[in-house]
Amino acid sequence: MPRPTTQHELERYAGLFAARTRVMTSSAMRDMMAVTARPEVISLAGGNPDLSTFPPGAFTAAMQRIGAEQLTTALQYGPTEGLAPVKACVAEVMAAEGMRVHDDDLLITTGGQQVIDLMCKTLIDPGDVVIAEAPTYPGAVPTFSTYEADVVQVELDDDGMRIDELEAVLARLDAEGRKPKFVYTVPTFQNPAGVTMSLQRRRRLVQIARERELLVLEDNPYGLLRYEGEPLPTLRSLDGGEYVVYLGTFSKILSAGLRLGWVAAPRPVLAKMNLGKQASDLCSSSLTQHFVAGFFAEGDWRRYVADLVGMYRRRRDTMLAALEEHLPPEATWTRPQGGLFVWATLPDYVDTTDLLALALRENVAFVPGRAAFLDGRGGTSMRLNFSGADEAAIREGVRRIGTVVGEQVALYSTLTGRPTRPARDPVAEPTAVVQLRRGGRRSA
Amino acid sequence: MSSRVAVLKGGRSLERGVSLSSAARVEDALERLGHDVIGVDVGVDLVARLRDTRPDAAFIALHGADGEDGTLQELLELVDIPYTGSGPGACARCWDKVVAKRALWDADVPTPAFHAFTQAAFRDLGAAEALSELDARLGFPLVVKPARGGSSLGIQQAATPDDVASALVAAFAYDTRVLLERHVDGRDLAVSVLDGQALPVIEAVPVGNGGYDFEARYEIGRTAFVCPADLPTEVAQHAQALALAAWKALGCRGFARVDLMQDAASGELLVLEANAVPGLTDTSLLPQAADAAGIAFDVLVGRLVELADVSRVAAR
Repeated sequence: MPRPTTQHELERYAGLFAARTRVMTSSAMRDMMAVTARPEVISLAGGNPDLSTFPPGAFTAAMQRIGAEQLTTALQYGPTEGLAPVKACVAEVMAAEGMRVHDDDLLITTGGQQVIDLMCKTLIDPGDVVIAEAPTYPGAVPTFSTYEADVVQVELDDDGMRIDELEAVLARLDAEGRKPKFVYTVPTFQNPAGVTMSLQRRRRLVQIARERELLVLEDNPYGLLRYEGEPLPTLRSLDGGEYVVYLGTFSKILSAGLRLGWVAAPRPVLAKMNLGKQASDLCSSSLTQHFVAGFFAEGDWRRYVADLVGMYRRRRDTMLAALEEHLPPEATWTRPQGGLFVWATLPDYVDTTDLLALALRENVAFVPGRAAFLDGRGGTSMRLNFSGADEAAIREGVRRIGTVVGEQVALYSTLTGRPTRPARDPVAEPTAVVQLRRGGRRSA
Repeated sequence: MSSRVAVLKGGRSLERGVSLSSAARVEDALERLGHDVIGVDVGVDLVARLRDTRPDAAFIALHGADGEDGTLQELLELVDIPYTGSGPGACARCWDKVVAKRALWDADVPTPAFHAFTQAAFRDLGAAEALSELDARLGFPLVVKPARGGSSLGIQQAATPDDVASALVAAFAYDTRVLLERHVDGRDLAVSVLDGQALPVIEAVPVGNGGYDFEARYEIGRTAFVCPADLPTEVAQHAQALALAAWKALGCRGFARVDLMQDAASGELLVLEANAVPGLTDTSLLPQAADAAGIAFDVLVGRLVELADVSRVAAR
């Protein structure tokens, strides 16, 4: 048999790839992120929930019940829309955030990620405009790219997406005769920035959506993980579910390995998403759906979330204190009231993609800011996760990052002859952690 | 002749993915050639694994410092296992662009003008004061590169003197020594060399609109490769001759890839660097060049293993 030559092999496959795979390219940054999985690396890069306190007894009890009573359905295909008992759990979780939802408005999905995929699959033709935050969830970037969306990113500040800028963008698109298909936002404890959209901006965004008949995809994985301050109404509860498509997930409140999320959407949109899901995977895992239903019936999921909130609050405080101690005075970072992430921005001559190479030598990892943009911005920022590492690891990880940042700052100062600013005086300047408002702990 | 070949791959470098991809193809080819293949993901147990499995030869498909700086080659000599590609000296020379360019310079192989600095020079010797000379010496734009490193990471263009400091900060993230090189605007060429024979020239051409920008050259998917390059015969031959001169100056054996630029303004050919452990993935340049020369991938792989044996015999 003649052996295929390399050129033939190349052509054989290259000729088969869809045009949209052009955008699915490898990048140096992704190559580097592959290295962060090494066990000796303190990873502040992921978005992993801590599972060390997951009650093993509750897990075993739920699985035993499935084994004894529900085996044939748990191991069988299920309806595309999801199992009714899981929808009841979803309704319970949404009620905890002040939302009411009807079974027929829900589709159980394979993680929240599938909702972003189905949203694009349902709404996006190549070149269609999606509006996202700047920075946006790094995991949404490849999804938007795959569907060849034209993503316009709108700046955010401490109060979330800048609605004035959104309006400017919409006006500009109007002038170009282009109508965006949807606005993608993580309004509460944003990934990656950690900031939360103010109530005023939420109201305005919902109003704009209504006026313009524009869909909003509200991605809310962390809403119940609030460490201080009063909860704000979700966009969906402000809108009543007419223009807001709501994404929820069990990943952060229960377990990411279940791969279960959901979408609550206007019914015509949901019907299309259902068809899209059929084509993708027919249905989400029946086994893990049974597990969720069993866990909700037997275990106290609110108690589990309350435990997570306590743990993550301590970890957040540890990270903020460590940043205060170890980052140079020129650096800034967000102070999230909940969620999993801090977004830190370094002096403009530091490139966090390059910094990651240096950090990996010190066995610590973070997500370089560029991952959260589609236009090459974000080079001086980084996303730091505080849910997936314990307090000692967070302290040590931030210390190591501070060391490599310090090296780069000192080098730049040497190169330019500009002295770096003296280190902060911790006594004269109260730390951010002290300034943070305490209390307001949400009883879940 | 069939033999037991250990394919050394993976490792801890930033190019782990490329390495695993190269190795997978090499392993398939070796199996088709009837060799007994042992895949070894290189780690602390490397020597123990080599002792246990006693391969007749090692195929080095390890990129980054682990496989390319000569350390692994040194080790294989010590445990007396023939290996593919260049020896420790040539690897060390190719791995460090500053060392390589000095060797090229000394052998009268044209390479873009450059200056190298260590981080210590800035810290201890006040080298920053000398940066103002760069405009007169190299002109702008110039390219800042870490001395060592096989990927595009840390390579930046400085368009003006104001950009130099941040480009240096970036490059120093990857190495303690960096070079500042005259930017050559022109065609991007590569010549692979197999056992002292230059293979057809490949040209890297940017894909899509946006023209030829600096980033495109280093971003996978934004570059297409034309093989053989559409060049006048005498230019192609000259590029091949320069690649062989570089191969010789650096002391390579087995195989290597030499990267060149043809200056758009002067037409001059310049050698940028040589890679002693070139990639063997399905988009890598050396397999494409070999294919253009009528050497199928399996034949190429078989040949490299044979050469590993030969070089050992020659060394004795």
